Amino acid sequence: MARYLAGRAAGVVVILLLVCLFTFVIFFTLSPDPAVMICGKTCTPERIHQIRDALGLNEPFLTQFFSFLIGIFAGRDYGEGANLVHCAAPCLGYSFQTNQSVWDMVVERLPVSATVAIGAAVLWLLVGIAAGLVSAVKEGTWWDRAAMGLALGGSSVPNYVLALALQYVLVVQLQVLPFPQAVAFGDDPVVWFQSYLMPWVVLAAGYACLYARLTRANVIDTLAENFMRTARAKGLSPVLTMRRHALRPALTPIATIFGMDFAALLGGALITETVFGLNGVGKMAADSIAKNDQPVIMAVTLLAAFFVVVGNVVVDLVYTALDPRVRITAR
Amino acid sequence: MALAIHPGAPATSGRRVAGVLLRDRGAVLSAAFLALIVLMALGAPLISAISGHGPNEFDTAAVNTDLGGVPHGAFGGISAEHPLGVEPQNGRDILARIAYGARVSLLIAAAATALTTLLGVVLGMLAGFVQGWVDQVICRIMDFLMAFPALIFMIAILSSLPQGNREVLLVLVISGFGWPYLARVVRGQTLTLVNREFVEAARASGASTGALVFKEILPNLRSSLIVMTTLAVPGYVGTEAGLSFLGVGVAPPTPSWGQMIASSVGWYAVDPMYFAIPGTFLFLTVLSLTVLGDRLRAAFDAGEAS
Repeated sequence: MARYLAGRAAGVVVILLLVCLFTFVIFFTLSPDPAVMICGKTCTPERIHQIRDALGLNEPFLTQFFSFLIGIFAGRDYGEGANLVHCAAPCLGYSFQTNQSVWDMVVERLPVSATVAIGAAVLWLLVGIAAGLVSAVKEGTWWDRAAMGLALGGSSVPNYVLALALQYVLVVQLQVLPFPQAVAFGDDPVVWFQSYLMPWVVLAAGYACLYARLTRANVIDTLAENFMRTARAKGLSPVLTMRRHALRPALTPIATIFGMDFAALLGGALITETVFGLNGVGKMAADSIAKNDQPVIMAVTLLAAFFVVVGNVVVDLVYTALDPRVRITAR
Repeated sequence: MALAIHPGAPATSGRRVAGVLLRDRGAVLSAAFLALIVLMALGAPLISAISGHGPNEFDTAAVNTDLGGVPHGAFGGISAEHPLGVEPQNGRDILARIAYGARVSLLIAAAATALTTLLGVVLGMLAGFVQGWVDQVICRIMDFLMAFPALIFMIAILSSLPQGNREVLLVLVISGFGWPYLARVVRGQTLTLVNREFVEAARASGASTGALVFKEILPNLRSSLIVMTTLAVPGYVGTEAGLSFLGVGVAPPTPSWGQMIASSVGWYAVDPMYFAIPGTFLFLTVLSLTVLGDRLRAAFDAGEAS
């Protein structure tokens, strides 16, 4: 087990390094010069050179790449002499736009993204799995057809269209909800809940539809298994056969997919956060992309990759706990 | 008959699947709607010629400049002159923009699907057929690409690339991240097919590698390829619209559905039709493609079970 974990951890590090390198190459070779953008309209060649020096952009590619990596683990210094700025580890650099520490920006916005992701996840798990279970048990009835038709339709609505439609109906026309505001839970729980309700619903809708279809298919497959027939034959009530024998094998694959989906969302729900103006990691990514703020884009890409790759490992570990047929053996 | 035309055709002949689909109301409706969209895309210049409004022609007479550019008339300025209304502020004809936008969306989705399928089939079969270190390398690349936060990464790449031919860039980026999902399935099926008796028999009777690949293995992948690509198209239509919505896709003034929805964000409270029309077209197109792919899979699955 220890060897397995060590191997997986090494794999995580390798992938993250590759993501870093890949992103770095793209910015280094393709992107417009950030010094020109920072400098603005009243600019001289000397000033550009000065800025490039301060940002370390005059160094060769590999030197820049390694200072970035060292910065993450040990911190680094920018500029020299009187302009020296120390950036403590974990250092992801400074935003070209606001000069804020990128790490601080991420830490500040992560709770918003986590709130959006967790709320939506609870919603889509409850709705999706419940709808899928009922449809599987009532396979072929009108409920099954209606629920699955709705799920198919729902998964085809792009979430920004849903977001605009909900805002128009609930906020503008019916006025049952206020426009989402940045309110902390401690300040006003009611407004906090009202503000997050639409983002949760919008983000959860697509996943709920998908999970309902997956749950239904898995449960129907499980119900046709031999061990289910045995359980019924020995006189177990339908509820007990469902609870004791069917749910675990049917829902284990869902747990795997859920882990991956949730991990990807922790890196920011880009579209949902942007449309509702929630100041999370996703909106930060969209804003920094619009302004070509490379250190921030770099950090968000890395963060998202980190969650996805680590999520992958966690999912595999949980899978072995849920499904006794899978055992970890060191390769 | 079908067997005579396609020597390697599997048991699920195209004619049987087509028969099943023709009897399915959802599949027929979806196909009809998609045909309409394709016709609209092809006939976009014709639509403009008939209505007399190009996709980028301003019509200030259709908007109320005193009210900040809200379209004259109800429902976003729908009238005989502009059947789907006009854009607020500049009064561009929405029907013309929808039709030209369909061209962009469908072209990008079709090209991305073609390239993804090509990459997925070639690399997947290569991995499954040659095996050894080639397989190892391709599998590692696939793992790497699938571990990526694809959307954020696509945006990062597209935003840092110079403003060149956006359409081509979109196709390249979408396919670059899309092929592993197809290649994984192709690889798995190739691995099992390579060891089947009929392939061994062909090999023993002296068939060349090319003949093995194109006459024995590829025809057997056909049904899963058709299903997987059909189910991928709606994803690509959505991705293109999403990227254009976020401002890194098709560059204005070229119209695209996602971009139209993005520009309607500031207007949704006063002119809801502005987002409702492109939103509905996008929704129905994605839905039709999904339904068609879903029914196609069911039809092929039923054929395999029988």
